[in-house]
Amino acid sequence: MLLTERERLRDELEKLVDSHGRQRSSLLFILQEVQRRHYYISEYSMQVIADLLDIHPVEVYSVVSFYSFLDETKQGQFVIRLCRTITCEMAGKDEIARQLENDLGIKFGETTPDGKFSLKWANCLGMCDQGPAMLVNEKVYTQVTPEMIHGILEDCRSKFGVHATALEMERQI
Amino acid sequence: MIAPTTKNKLTFSTIEPGSGLEAALTCGNAESLKIINTSGLRGRGGAGFPTSLKWELAAKQPDEEKFVVCNADEGEPGTFKDRVILADFADMVFEGMTIAAMVIGAQRGIVYLRAEYTYLRRHLEDVLDQRRKQGLLGKNVGGKKGFDFDIQINMGSGAYVCGEETALIESLEGQRGEPRNRPPFPIDTGYLDHPTIVNNVETFAWAVCIMAKGAKWFKKFGTEKSTGHKLFSVSGDCRRPGVYEYPLGITIAELLDKVGGQDAKAVQVGGAAGQCIPRSQFNRAIAYEDVPTGGSIIVFGPHRDMLKIAANFLEFFIDESCGQCTPCREGAPKLLEGVEMLQRGQCSMAYLKELCSLGETMQLASKCGLGQTAPNTFLSIVEHFRDEILGRTPEKSK
Repeated sequence: MLLTERERLRDELEKLVDSHGRQRSSLLFILQEVQRRHYYISEYSMQVIADLLDIHPVEVYSVVSFYSFLDETKQGQFVIRLCRTITCEMAGKDEIARQLENDLGIKFGETTPDGKFSLKWANCLGMCDQGPAMLVNEKVYTQVTPEMIHGILEDCRSKFGVHATALEMERQI
Repeated sequence: MIAPTTKNKLTFSTIEPGSGLEAALTCGNAESLKIINTSGLRGRGGAGFPTSLKWELAAKQPDEEKFVVCNADEGEPGTFKDRVILADFADMVFEGMTIAAMVIGAQRGIVYLRAEYTYLRRHLEDVLDQRRKQGLLGKNVGGKKGFDFDIQINMGSGAYVCGEETALIESLEGQRGEPRNRPPFPIDTGYLDHPTIVNNVETFAWAVCIMAKGAKWFKKFGTEKSTGHKLFSVSGDCRRPGVYEYPLGITIAELLDKVGGQDAKAVQVGGAAGQCIPRSQFNRAIAYEDVPTGGSIIVFGPHRDMLKIAANFLEFFIDESCGQCTPCREGAPKLLEGVEMLQRGQCSMAYLKELCSLGETMQLASKCGLGQTAPNTFLSIVEHFRDEILGRTPEKSK
């Protein structure tokens, strides 16, 4: 990372931490926001946040590593989480999983080389009456069929490129 | 992108908004607490702790600062009633929190919303804003002098164990969501060491109904130890999955009849942490004194492979265990290994018995509810479906 980039990131984090207050109970808010903006929480970010909150970086790392919606490695712009819990399994999540892997060309736990999509398993999404269910970032899709996958991915893809800035703004809200 | 959830008629839709809080403001703290106490309302999250007792203990604490926390970290597999309540009756949940705040003397309320339900957040914030404008949150709530109360929403970050109240509080404090040793209990040492009550989404909504319609009305339904109606999230192999409201004490067979799951071979009551009830016991009642549940009812049809179900639940617990205590962290993978041996048809009776005693050890020695309940489904499947799981040939267990 360039020194200037580091400085910029530090400034950003400092503003963010101050907006939530420099106390331990702000930590999860801060980390969730960093994750949303940067698609992960880098080691450097963890160190800066720890410094600002006056705790050890290991404390921050321990929190990041605990929660499944916080990541230490960079995730795609669109994180797809397919529910693998019992009712979605019975409703045919395996077929959905296969189709996602085929259409994205990656396995679960991986990110596409262009950094657009990550594929993950999720535990019960609370959509059990209408499985199989999956999350794409915050958006929920239910009663997913293998055939629907292509359309869902195209929906995401239509937001890249020239539309990317609009999406970025949407994500900032 | 979400299909509408099938529902029967819910009591929540018949309650006039604001009538519960109005009744509570009129009759005062002590009387309100008495009404909740008489109603016999118990925690709708599944554990069934008497709601009035929790509130009373917190009310007695001399602390100036107290908290009302709504547990909207609905992560139990097969549960989705809180999602429906938050989407359709958010006002009632906030109203219930306000009544609780009045009773215990809290100034701040927190809704801990699971990350998977982020899409509900905008709606909840809108409802909160509306309530602030109506004077139902903020300073002098409902016109009562000195009653200041407001509610904020905190997001979870994807951890099932945070549904356990002390883990939830840890998470609110910006820590790993690891359950605490108890005592001390949250009612005196909760969020930031202040007295805190943590109640389920549904519990708050029922508190409003009770204040509006009276304890007697509530007690008319249910059993002696499990009063009132309860919302059930029904999923799996039945014709009409959805959210259903029925009195506690309803038998599993009756419920299956209503949702079109009569041919079920087994029913999982209480989610991954609950029990797997075989057909021979479908006359058992869903109530705190018999088969308790936070609402999760998963129906397994005749063609389901019970070992696959056991494996799915164990994988869930292995993934969600916080790893803090040994029985849970090490026990669940051992049980899963055993299930895989059974699937391959390579498990001796002696080893199966070993596994069962390991399961019992986990129930006894784990620190929190997650580890204590993780072996439940395994144990009930081993107990009730021996013929199906023993002596398999590998091709049979695909």
